[in-house]
Amino acid sequence: MKRFLLFLPLLIAVVVGIVLFAGIGKDPTKLESALVGKPVPEFSLRDLHNPDAMLDRSVFQGQVSLLNVWGTWCPACKDEHDDLMWLAEEKGVNIIGLNYKDNREDALVWLDRLGNPYRKTIYDPRGTLGFDLGVYGAPETFVIDAEGMVRFRHVGVVNETVWEQTLLPVINDVQGNG
Amino acid sequence: MVRVVCLMLALIFSGVAAAEVADVYDFSDRAQEQRYQNLIAELRCPKCQNQNIADSNAPISKDMREAVYRMMKDGASNEEIVESLVGRFGEFVRYKPEFDSRTFLLWATPAIAVFGGVLVVAGVVIRSRRAGQDSPALSAEEKARVDKMLADEDKLS
Repeated sequence: MKRFLLFLPLLIAVVVGIVLFAGIGKDPTKLESALVGKPVPEFSLRDLHNPDAMLDRSVFQGQVSLLNVWGTWCPACKDEHDDLMWLAEEKGVNIIGLNYKDNREDALVWLDRLGNPYRKTIYDPRGTLGFDLGVYGAPETFVIDAEGMVRFRHVGVVNETVWEQTLLPVINDVQGNG
Repeated sequence: MVRVVCLMLALIFSGVAAAEVADVYDFSDRAQEQRYQNLIAELRCPKCQNQNIADSNAPISKDMREAVYRMMKDGASNEEIVESLVGRFGEFVRYKPEFDSRTFLLWATPAIAVFGGVLVVAGVVIRSRRAGQDSPALSAEEKARVDKMLADEDKLS
């Protein structure tokens, strides 16, 4: 018993070391969305391309989609744009855009010049839907299932690695269950 | 040239003034304003972590302050306001997390540490007392020697 007690400090140090080591490399700025497992919040916003048309939650019905939050003011959104084009064109991924706190002219010029990977783009100049989704910095990408439920949120750019290691497994999982 | 400089300065400072007044809200009384200040002081900014939304200049903090103000105007209680923001941004935005099964360890750690310390101290005290009874500091033989020494000393004085 006495012998064991002598090793107690070492044991505590090892446990604390393991716990702290597990935290290294984790990015604390990436938060899990509070909406995972909940439906996309209700909204009624205009279509970016067609100001007369209103979009609501029904755009997510029927198939698994990615909801990509972007704005022309966001440099990282430009970085991921080519990868979104690649996903839409090569992989046939159904992407819905959320143009967040932006203005229509700039956004249309951007899509004209860089290409449009979005099946539909929701125009949210005041960021109301973004706020309800808990968006705290663009770009963010949500995986929405065919019933319009939020299944996953990725904060930061989407690229080939993120697609293969993070988003694709979630989508496969969602499709497997649904 | 002087005019240009004046214009530049005016522009620069008007920007500062505009930035400062942009976030001023009207309250019916001091208590409401205090309530608002308390609320935004205990809500955490999801973008610039380790800042509350009162201190943060991030656009998202501004939106959150606006939402807090709007909900207060609509007569929401403090809990409703915090719950609504937690529902959007997650438990992370609370500087004072709720006591539930997930935060149990967080809240209980100080109590557990104190309890553990008390146990250790009690253990040490009890063990030393017991050791004191089982094996007195002096054996019978030694005690006799001490008694004799003390008796000798008494004689000398």
